[in-house]
Amino acid sequence: MIAVTPILSVATSVSEWMFERATHSLTLVATGNDRFLERFPLLLRDWITGHLPESLGWLAVSLLAIVVILAAFGLLFAYLTLAERKILGRIQNRPGPNRTGWFGLLQPFADGIKAVTKEDVVPREADAVLHFLAPVLLVAMSLLGLAVIPFGRHLLAANLEAGVLYFFAAGAATELAVFMAGWASHNKYSLLAAMRALAQLISYELPLLLSVVPVVMLAGSLSTTHIVDAQGGWTFGWIPHWHVLTPWGFAGFLMFMIAALAESNRSPFDLPEAESELIAGHLTEYSGFKYALFFMAEYFGMCGLSAMAVTLFLGGWQAPCAFLEFIPSYAWFTVKLLTLLLGFIWIRATLPRLRMDQLTRLAWKFLVPLTLLNLANAAFWSLSAGWSGPLQWVRWAIAVAVVVGPFLFLGRALTAGVAPRTYRYA
Amino acid sequence: MNLSFALIAFLILASAVLAATRRDLIHSALLLVGNWLGVAFFYLWAGAEFVAFAQALVYVGAISMVVLFAVLLTRRTRTELPLLVATRDRVVSAVLGGLAVFGVLAVAVLRTPLDINPAKPAASVSMLSLGQQLMGPHAAAVLIVGVLLTVSLLGAVVLASSDADGKGEAP
Repeated sequence: MIAVTPILSVATSVSEWMFERATHSLTLVATGNDRFLERFPLLLRDWITGHLPESLGWLAVSLLAIVVILAAFGLLFAYLTLAERKILGRIQNRPGPNRTGWFGLLQPFADGIKAVTKEDVVPREADAVLHFLAPVLLVAMSLLGLAVIPFGRHLLAANLEAGVLYFFAAGAATELAVFMAGWASHNKYSLLAAMRALAQLISYELPLLLSVVPVVMLAGSLSTTHIVDAQGGWTFGWIPHWHVLTPWGFAGFLMFMIAALAESNRSPFDLPEAESELIAGHLTEYSGFKYALFFMAEYFGMCGLSAMAVTLFLGGWQAPCAFLEFIPSYAWFTVKLLTLLLGFIWIRATLPRLRMDQLTRLAWKFLVPLTLLNLANAAFWSLSAGWSGPLQWVRWAIAVAVVVGPFLFLGRALTAGVAPRTYRYA
Repeated sequence: MNLSFALIAFLILASAVLAATRRDLIHSALLLVGNWLGVAFFYLWAGAEFVAFAQALVYVGAISMVVLFAVLLTRRTRTELPLLVATRDRVVSAVLGGLAVFGVLAVAVLRTPLDINPAKPAASVSMLSLGQQLMGPHAAAVLIVGVLLTVSLLGAVVLASSDADGKGEAP
């Protein structure tokens, strides 16, 4: 009995601690004037957890958040692949998949069954454990970041004080997974391609993080909820206070999206597995479901980075105008997220792929200096917050000049002698 | 809470032991990354959220890449082992080196006045005050660490670029 008591006390303290953490992070207090639709997910969650004993409440709440995120983004992944194939098809003047189900709507499931039933080939010389771990780690890490995204006013899986840092810390481990995939395959091409992919990921990590720093600086917090709250409110009731509508925010948003394209291996930065020119990179020795997992991770990463862009620059779940607030916050978030994702697909259909030297040059000589300047610009914006009257115009003029001037200057200097390109034999 | 601490300690120690005993350098490096991740978990367990995520971002994301690149670029073939056979000198120097590091750490920990059983739990440090501390009184330390990391990165590049045959300068 004496031996049991300390264990019991430990167990209760653990459960109390976990409960505190869970309730602290999940029950953002629902205010009274919230409309029913806004509170609906919370009510549904409380109804489900209400059937369980009190002591399991925190576990159920956390598990529910995980299940909902997995289900929502799993479905989004499935239909994003379809949307991508359809839209790419239309842009290239062909119908895209239209044989499976009405309008091709069952195509993702057919693809899934095909991927699962394919033979899983592991090269004899491969490092079997690492070969297996790489896609698993990649998918797990690309999902982790979604925990800190506020999908709605009350929809946030984990309200961390260092949410933004957590997001990028989770994303950093994907580089490790890419390396593991390339090295464990025991294939020269896989390893070379993994090094190429790593060079790209590391190069673009820098502008990605540096374009986020101004937002953190201006909001004065690393918490995603604070950053979204800081963008609340409207001027005249219809101009939202989103970061993208300030000079530094606009520049930061564009640079974040460019770096996000590169980080998620999307065209025009899809050198790691440029299927038509190079062999499939670190995916060469993967087949069947493991190959599908890599693509799942790519789409999850794309969704995560887009969701982060929405949170940081596009006002998160905030409505664009005051009178549109009756539409629930999660609907606004979904609309913004889907817009960015469709933008990703559109870019893929439009731009040609970069060469390796162009890719690294863009990151180190163009994006990094511009993000650093943007940081100074944001500092100026924050210091001049008190300016009013005609000084407001001066403030805007200086901030816009700091964005546009270096952009034009650096762009001209870097493309001198290279662009515009002439196609003599075309 | 003690159970999670035991698990974290096991992860840290097990990955460290395995990393030291593996013959394959890449396996060792990856296990070392696991060790760093364990340290990040420990910070999280201790309530230092910011430090934990910074540890994960810097070590798992960046330093691991430096280590892996250094390992890959300094070996010519996959099977080549740059390790020498275990001789008595090597064993003695390894033990002495380990003991010296342990001694320094132990003295540093024991000399530091730590309140092991505080009457009330310390107030959690906010991110803002942490940042002000780092950028104010401890700015010099931050800068020195930055320089140190740059030096190690340059060292990795120099190691990688030197031709193993000894002919030709690095480009």
